[in-house]
Amino acid sequence: MKLAVWTYEGPPHVGAMRVATAMTGVHYVLHAPQGDTYADLLFTMIERRDRRPPVTYTTFQARDLGSDTAELFKSACKDAYERFQPEAMIVGASCTAELIQDDPSGLARALALPVPVIPLDLPSYQKKETWGAAETFFQLVKTLCPADGDRAPRDPAAKPSCNILGPTALGFRHRDDVVEVTRLIERLGVTVNVVAPLGATPADLSRLADADFNVVLYPEIANVAAAWLEKTHRQPAVRIAPVGLTATRAFIAEVAKLAGVDPAPALNDPASRSGWWSRSVDSTYLTNKRVFIFGEANRAVAAAKVASEELGFEVVGLGAYNREFAREVRAAAEGYGLTALITDDYLEVERAIAEAQPELVLGTQMERHIAKRLRIACAVISAPVHVQDFPARHSPQMGFEGANVLFDTWVHPLVMGLEEHLLAMFRDDFEFNDAAGPSHLGAGHVGTGAPAVTAPVEVPLAAAEANPSASEIVWTHEAQAELSKIPFFVRGKARRNTESFAASQGLAQIHIETLYEARSHFSR
Amino acid sequence: MTALAISHSNDTAASARPVLRERGQREVFCGLTSIVWLHRKIQDAFFLVVGSRTCAHLIQSAAGVMVFAEPRFATAILEERDLAGMADANAELDRVVDELLGRRPDIKTLFLVGSCPSEVIKLDLARAALRLSTRHAPRLRVVNYSGSGIETTFTQGEDACLAALVAEAPEAPANAPPSLLVVGSLPDIVEDQFARLFAELGIAKVEFFPARKSDAIPAIGPNTRVLLAQPFLGDTWTKMEARGATRLSAPFPFGAEGTAAWLKAAADSFGVDEAVFRRVIAPGRERAKRSMERHRATLSGKTIFFFPDSQMEPSLARFLTTELGMTAIEVGTPYLHRDLMAPELEQLSVDVLISEGQDVDRQLDRCRAARPDIVVCGLGLANPLEAEGITTKWSIELVFSPIHGFDQAGDLAGLFARPLNRRRMLQGIAA
Repeated sequence: MKLAVWTYEGPPHVGAMRVATAMTGVHYVLHAPQGDTYADLLFTMIERRDRRPPVTYTTFQARDLGSDTAELFKSACKDAYERFQPEAMIVGASCTAELIQDDPSGLARALALPVPVIPLDLPSYQKKETWGAAETFFQLVKTLCPADGDRAPRDPAAKPSCNILGPTALGFRHRDDVVEVTRLIERLGVTVNVVAPLGATPADLSRLADADFNVVLYPEIANVAAAWLEKTHRQPAVRIAPVGLTATRAFIAEVAKLAGVDPAPALNDPASRSGWWSRSVDSTYLTNKRVFIFGEANRAVAAAKVASEELGFEVVGLGAYNREFAREVRAAAEGYGLTALITDDYLEVERAIAEAQPELVLGTQMERHIAKRLRIACAVISAPVHVQDFPARHSPQMGFEGANVLFDTWVHPLVMGLEEHLLAMFRDDFEFNDAAGPSHLGAGHVGTGAPAVTAPVEVPLAAAEANPSASEIVWTHEAQAELSKIPFFVRGKARRNTESFAASQGLAQIHIETLYEARSHFSR
Repeated sequence: MTALAISHSNDTAASARPVLRERGQREVFCGLTSIVWLHRKIQDAFFLVVGSRTCAHLIQSAAGVMVFAEPRFATAILEERDLAGMADANAELDRVVDELLGRRPDIKTLFLVGSCPSEVIKLDLARAALRLSTRHAPRLRVVNYSGSGIETTFTQGEDACLAALVAEAPEAPANAPPSLLVVGSLPDIVEDQFARLFAELGIAKVEFFPARKSDAIPAIGPNTRVLLAQPFLGDTWTKMEARGATRLSAPFPFGAEGTAAWLKAAADSFGVDEAVFRRVIAPGRERAKRSMERHRATLSGKTIFFFPDSQMEPSLARFLTTELGMTAIEVGTPYLHRDLMAPELEQLSVDVLISEGQDVDRQLDRCRAARPDIVVCGLGLANPLEAEGITTKWSIELVFSPIHGFDQAGDLAGLFARPLNRRRMLQGIAA
């Protein structure tokens, strides 16, 4: 048993729903008790979808358990086929149905429906949502695009083509990334054969093998299918996620290489502004801003690279909730001199953030709440998603426009450049001081209201727990007062540095002198 | 998969009306969802669901689609090793409870809540509750109930929880003075309004169940007169009846007339003088009528269709048809408790189709054919219906908002008027 308060991922059948809902012409019959239909509202409310997910739930009850739940499954399956007339069906069990072992696969086969019926085996007590999405997509691809399928030979005069794999329903900005990446690929003169699962039909999946290669946009969902396509249909894969300027250029180069075309037409985009925005002097203040990054593994690793190499931030924490990519996250974290945080316990993430005292958190909706509680600026970079993560406007994370969006959304929560300098200059001014908080952010933000600022921003308890030696150190009243004169957005760092300096010197008390000695020590 | 039946019973007039019974896909929450409001009501209780990742995800999704604070509920997620018998479920549960109490030493009552998987693998949570109660006595009381979807629909989770709590209530002696017990969790503000009204009526002893604090559970005995504030508490009532309590039959306190009739049941039972009753309720009743009046123009003459959700549907339909001039087409309810609902059903026109249970696809067919002016449904159906041009009201808001009593009658009417007004305001951008 594992005690869970909030979870980053749902059960694996929700992952299967994300694939089925993204596609058209697929229907999912889920052997499940009453109540599991809650998952529908994730799609209709968070994503504001205008139709119900294509899922039929058998809705068995306690009294059915003694009689014939298998019969219930068969009639649900048959009714769903007749009502919805899908091109393909997927069938499976949710966690409770897994326990009653009705064998949806065999039952569906016995119905001999005139469309492909793809059984899913998603172990609910071992695996989670993202894995479920990947497995479902893989099973669909494997069944609908078999090795021995009939295929017209490729026309050697045809333009090179690729598939874009991985976008699903409820994905973080998948909708907009697909638009942006398609634009990049087409600018190279490469045709996009199929985008899947998002917007694809079963017939589209059976055409996957027509492409020359695959673009794996979201490895957590498409890696397994892409590996199978590589082996079975000899389609190489591009696995660079075009997040940020550098990665976008590397992505273009890789696509051009596989397509045998010149990358030049796509490498520069007049609408690409993030590079100059970052080099311009106003952005000087971004230098070494402490950023803590947590989320889906691939997004987190990509965000860390952009934060560090394209914005000049200092990465002070890096982690992910999906263990399937733990190795990649650990390797990336090592590069920043960090130990990766691999956990799906949000309380552990909260402790780590409190301890690291970052100035910015890049995370999921969970970290947004943690950051809000700790009064730290935050931007969301990854699923699990929230209704706000589906903006009405185009807002990709990938490609050149994606890099522009990253610059804006990660920088705006911070105090603006010139404003930060003025705050430092006039910090004792009765009106223009750090208690006023960033002028462009409304009430409720960091620094707003007296308690947030006159009391230290950081969380001493949590920090003390994490660092027992620091807990024995006492701040004198004068040193505490001096600390409070430091602008709030660097105060956490100053406190942390001073305490670790004091601990390293074996000091039990922090005086004003200690504060300044620590400052000089760390500025060497 | 649909077994359709129109049943005619033959005893009383109220239960003589035909009811459409359906079996099929149900677009409803399971009983675990009621933890979302129960944990706010019982302020020193913690709800530990013993279930799967799906259970944890459900509560998280239902709780306002992610309200993050450290809440007083959690899930002990069963894993492969628990199912394979590699781990002793009881030892695991003890460990999880210790972890929990370490984090929340302020907890006085722990509810061990059964789920679909724990019921199917027949995890004996009742025994576990007994063992844990002994182990943590006296600082902690451990109570077990099931909120599983195979046994409970949405608000039935509260029924199961309160029914289990009845066992924890002290026995009121046979010679205890008569007391009024208002049963069903109400927002504190509504509870306080009712308490003031009962005091003005001169009813000496009035208590509410569940109590806000674990150490204040009211005693129940032969002189306890139960007034249900929620229509979905059939099992809780049965448990109280077994203690010798009597039930005051009344419509539920929605709207000016519903609230007046509900209060009247209590007043009559305690021999309150008719003139006193009228004087006490007059101001509230007037306020209720006044505040409903501005919504009447929007609602009067409009048709409404209820998908099943909370069992409150017949009561709400009665309120909207008798007090606001709406016409109900179909009133779906997950379960129809004929006894408790009798005073409501007799006020509903026989033209209204009452349906019990659900086959969601067939019900959607009926709904589309009827083209009602407004549909009350769950969040999974609301946007798809809106996209088809049908105005909807989320049913979950009726469970999470204060809607009982005189001073909420206007708000309750407003919940139905707002979507209609909004549609009118946005005509210019209609699809």
